[in-house]
Amino acid sequence: MDKNSSFALSNPHKVPLNNTQKFGFGLGIIGVIILTLATFNIHAEPKGIFTLVSIALIVVGAVIYARSTYLQHPAGIKNNHVYFKTISNRGVWGWALGIVLTLFYVLLYWFPSYLGLGVDGKENTGLVVMFDSLSMFFKGQAASQWFVYGTLYTLAILSLGIKFMYKYRHNRYQLIRTVVVILSQLFLAYFIPEILEGLNTERTYFAKDIKNMWPLNYYFFEPWHLDNMRNGGSLGMFYLVAGIFMFLVFTPIITYFAGKRWYCSWVCGCGGLAETAGDSFRHLSSKKLSAWRLERWLIHAVMVFIFVTTAAVLYGYFTGNGEIFGLSIYNTFSKPYGFLIGAMFSGVIGVGFYPVLGSRVWCRFGCPLAGYMGLIQRFKSKFRITTNGGQCISCGNCSTYCEQGIDVRAYAQKGENIVRASCVGCGICSAVCPRGVLKLENGPEKGRINPKEILLGNDVDLMDLLNKK
Amino acid sequence: MEHIVIIGNGISGVTAARHIRKNSDKKITIISSETKYFFSRTALMYVFMGHMKFEHTQPYENWFWKKNRIDLKEGFVTTIDTDAKSISCADGSSLSYDKLILATGSKPNKFGWPGQDLDGVLGMYHKQELEKLEELAPNNSVCKRAVIVGGGLIGIELAEMLLSRNIPVTFLVRESSFWNGVLPEQESQMINEHIREHHIDLRLSSNLKEIKSDEHGKVKSIVIQETGEEIPCDVVGLTAGVSPNIDFLKASNIKTGRGILVNEFLETNCKDVYAIGDCAEQHKAIGLRRPIEAVWYTGRMMGETVAQTICGNKTAYKPGHWFNSAKFLDIEYQTYGWVFSERNKRENESYFQWHHASEKLCITVSYDKNSRLFLGINTFGIRMRHEIFDRWLTEKVSVDFVMEHLADANFDPEFYRTYEKEIVLKFNEEHATNIKVKKKSWKRIFSTNY
Ligand SMILES: Cc1cc2nc3c(=O)[nH]c(=O)nc-3n(C[C@H](O)[C@H](O)[C@H](O)COP(=O)(O)OP(=O)(O)OC[C@H]3O[C@@H](n4cnc5c(N)ncnc54)[C@H](O)[C@@H]3O)c2cc1C
Ligand code: SF4
Ligand code: SF4
Repeated sequence: MDKNSSFALSNPHKVPLNNTQKFGFGLGIIGVIILTLATFNIHAEPKGIFTLVSIALIVVGAVIYARSTYLQHPAGIKNNHVYFKTISNRGVWGWALGIVLTLFYVLLYWFPSYLGLGVDGKENTGLVVMFDSLSMFFKGQAASQWFVYGTLYTLAILSLGIKFMYKYRHNRYQLIRTVVVILSQLFLAYFIPEILEGLNTERTYFAKDIKNMWPLNYYFFEPWHLDNMRNGGSLGMFYLVAGIFMFLVFTPIITYFAGKRWYCSWVCGCGGLAETAGDSFRHLSSKKLSAWRLERWLIHAVMVFIFVTTAAVLYGYFTGNGEIFGLSIYNTFSKPYGFLIGAMFSGVIGVGFYPVLGSRVWCRFGCPLAGYMGLIQRFKSKFRITTNGGQCISCGNCSTYCEQGIDVRAYAQKGENIVRASCVGCGICSAVCPRGVLKLENGPEKGRINPKEILLGNDVDLMDLLNKK
Repeated sequence: MEHIVIIGNGISGVTAARHIRKNSDKKITIISSETKYFFSRTALMYVFMGHMKFEHTQPYENWFWKKNRIDLKEGFVTTIDTDAKSISCADGSSLSYDKLILATGSKPNKFGWPGQDLDGVLGMYHKQELEKLEELAPNNSVCKRAVIVGGGLIGIELAEMLLSRNIPVTFLVRESSFWNGVLPEQESQMINEHIREHHIDLRLSSNLKEIKSDEHGKVKSIVIQETGEEIPCDVVGLTAGVSPNIDFLKASNIKTGRGILVNEFLETNCKDVYAIGDCAEQHKAIGLRRPIEAVWYTGRMMGETVAQTICGNKTAYKPGHWFNSAKFLDIEYQTYGWVFSERNKRENESYFQWHHASEKLCITVSYDKNSRLFLGINTFGIRMRHEIFDRWLTEKVSVDFVMEHLADANFDPEFYRTYEKEIVLKFNEEHATNIKVKKKSWKRIFSTNY
C-alpha cells in the first residue's frame, strides 16, 4: 500500500452510527429489501400497498438518517471520513454497490424480463409487477421496466436530495438549487409526463419530459418518434416545436447569461441524480491532466456522432431512404448510438460506475448536450467562477470535490478565474473552499478570463509590470 | 548554466522555482527532507479528517517537475559553505550552487515545558507529525483525551482534526479569550462560543505547567499552571506558535536573529544567498508588518519577488496591503488591511462593529477616528472581495465610502442573504450619518477608478 495514500493500513476509524441514524438507515434498508425480494419473486401482499410502503420507508428513513447525521453538529462542511469509508473510497462497499448498480442497468436495458417484465403478453412478475398498480393509477396500464426505473430514479433524487439539503443547510445556493432539482424531477420528468401519458392513452408514445431535449434525448429525431409526435395531436406538436425551440433558442440564450449550470445542475435528470444520489461519490472523479485530455476528445466525439446520426436519420426520414451513401441508417448510425452511447455509456457506465469513477462520468465525458452548452459557456457566456485575489492556500478541497474533475485549484492558486466548458456550476468547490476564494457568478464578459503572472497582494508596481507584459 | 539551489520545497521555495523557470533557463534544484513532492501544508488537517488523501494536497502532478526541468532532491541539508558555495546533506552528498535560496519554513515552538519531549507529545507542522498523530490518535479508544496547548490558528485546526475522530479535546489557551491578541473582543468571544458549541473543553487563561509521564515514558496527563488541575490524556499537541527552522545554519556564516536576516531584496549577509518565507526575518519591518511573517501568502510573494531578482530584474520585496484568512471550525474569517485587537489597537484607531442577532456572523471595520480613513476590515461568516478592498486601501477611501459601497465587496455565494443594509443602518445610528448603501455595480467592481 502506498504510504502516502490516506494511511489505508492504520485506518478504519469507524464512527459508529447512533441509534437514530441506525433507525433511519434501517427503515430505508427495509424499503430496499422489500423491492429486492420482489425482484426475486418474493412479494409482500398486497403489492400495491407494499410498493408505497417501501417508497415511504426509503424517504422517511433517509430523512431520519440525514437529520440525525447532520443536525447533531453545527452547520458547515461535513466531509469527515469521506476517504475512510469503504463506500466512498472505492472500498468493498463501493465496489459492491457499483456491481449491483451495473447489474441493474444491464438487466434494465437488455434483460428486462429478469426484472419481471412480462413479455409476449404475459403478466408482469418480479420487481415490475410491484409497480403495476401505481402505473394503473397514472395511465391505466401495467408497468413497464421504464416506469419502474423512472419511479426509482425519482425516489433516489427525492430522498437523497433531502439528505443533501441537510448536509448543506448553511448554503443557500445549494438549498435553492436542490429544491429546483427535486421539483424538476418530480414534476417535469415524472408526474407531468406520466399524467399526460394517462390522458393520451389512445396515442402512441413520445417523450414528454420537456427539458430532456435533443441530443441528450437521442431518439427525438428518430422517424418513429417524429411520427408519434406528429400524430400526437396538439400535444405532440407542442412537444415537437418546444423540443426544437429549447435546443436552438432557449438553451443558448440562458447559457449565455448563466452558464450551462441552469441545465446541468439545476434541472437535468442525469445531473439531478449525480447531485443528489451521486454526492457521496463526487470526489472520485479523476483530476489528472490526462483525464481532461480524454474528456475533450470523448465528449466531442460523442457530439459529432449524434450530429451525424441525426443528420442521417433526418435525411432518411425526409427522403424515405433507408440508406445513406450505401450504409444502412439504422444499422450504421441509430442502433450503434443507442446501444453504445444511449445505454452503455449514459446508463451502465454513467450511473453504474458512480462508486468507482465518480458521479458525473456521463456528464463529463459523454453528454452531447453538455458538450454543446460547454462550448457556449467557454466561448460566449457571462458565467465564470471568480477567484478571490490572492486568498487561495492551495489546499485542494475545491479540486477534490469537483465532480467534473476540474483542477479548480490550478486556476485559483494562480489568481485566475475558472472558465471551463465542463463546469456544471454545482457550486460545491465554492462551498468547500475554507478560505472563501471561489464565487460562481454571471458578470461582464470583459475580464472574465484573466491570466496573471503574479497574484494580488504583492507589490503593486511589480504586479502592474508583469501582468501587463 | 547558472545553478540555483533551493532548500525547502514549501510554497516559498516552489514559487521561487516556478517563477525562475518562467523567466529563465537556469538549472534549478530543490532539496527537501520532508517529502519529495511539494504539498500544501495548510491542507494537512484535511488528510487526517478524511476529506482528502495526501495526494490531493499536492498542487502539481508528479510529472510537472520533470517537464519544467526542476530537479528534486530528497535530503536534509546539514552544512552550508558560503565561501565554497556548496552545501552538504546528512547522507553525505553535496552540491555546489551559484545562487542559494533558503526556504526552510518553521518548526513548532517548545518553551521548555517539563515533559515536552515525551512520547505522545507533538507539534503539528510537518507531514511526519501528521503521520505520528495518525499513530497516536487513530480513534477515541487509543486516544481517550487530547490536550492542545496554545490557542492560535494551528491549535484550533488540531482541535478540529481530533474532533473528527470523536476524541475529547481540552484546549489550553493562555489568553483570556481565544486569539484576542489579534482579534477584537467581539470576534474572539464569538469564537469562544463556537469552540464550546463543538464540545471542546476550552480553558481560557490557562498555561501548561508540566506534562507527566507514565512508567513507559509516555504522556499520562498534564497539569495546568493556574489551577494545578491535572488532566489525564494520551496526546498533547503543542501549538503555541512556530519559529524559523534554522538550527542547521548555526555553524554557517549566514547571519541569523530569530530567523535568517534579510534586507529588502531578501538577500542575506552572504553573497548569492537569499532567504524567503517563514524562515526569513526582515532587518527592518515593512510598514506595520512583523519582521517574520509565517503565513502562506507572504511566502508566496517572497518567492515571486526573489525570482525576479535572480532572473536579473532586481526587485525589492514590497508586499501590498495586508490580507489573511482562516477558518475556525465552521466559521470563515477574512481580513483586509489592518484591524488590531483592543489589546494592540493604535491610538487613532476606532472600530465600527456589527454582529448578527442569532447567527455567527460579524464584522469589524477599523478606521482613523480623526480623518475617517478606512484602515481595515475583519469579517466572520461573510466573504469579501479581495480586489475591492485592496483597491479601496490603495485609494485611501473613507469609512463612509466603504459603507456606501459595501455591496460591491460582498463575495458570498449567490442567493445568500446580504446584510449591508442592516450593517449600514447600525453605522448610521452610531455615527449620525445618513449613508445609503448603493446597489452592487459590476461597473464599479471592474473599473480601476471610482
Ligand atoms: C497546520 C497548518 C495550517 C496552516 N494554515 C495556514 C493558513 O490557513 N493560512 C496561511 O497563510 N498559513 C497557514 N499556515 C502557515 C503556512 O503553511 C506556512 O507559512 C508556509 O507553509 C510556509 O512556507 P515555506 O515555504 O516558507 O516553508 P515550509 O512550508 O515549512 O517548507 C520548508 C521545507 O523545507 C524543509 N527543510 C527545512 N530545513 C531543511 C533542511 N535543512 N534540509 C532540507 N529540507 C529542509 C522542511 O522540511 C519543509 O519541507 C499553516 C501552517 C500549518 C502547519
Ligand atoms: S468547478 Fe466547481 S462549480 Fe464547476 S463543476 Fe467543479 S465543483 Fe462544480
Ligand atoms: S479550496 Fe479554496 S483555498 Fe483550497 S485550493 Fe481551492 S480555492 Fe484554494
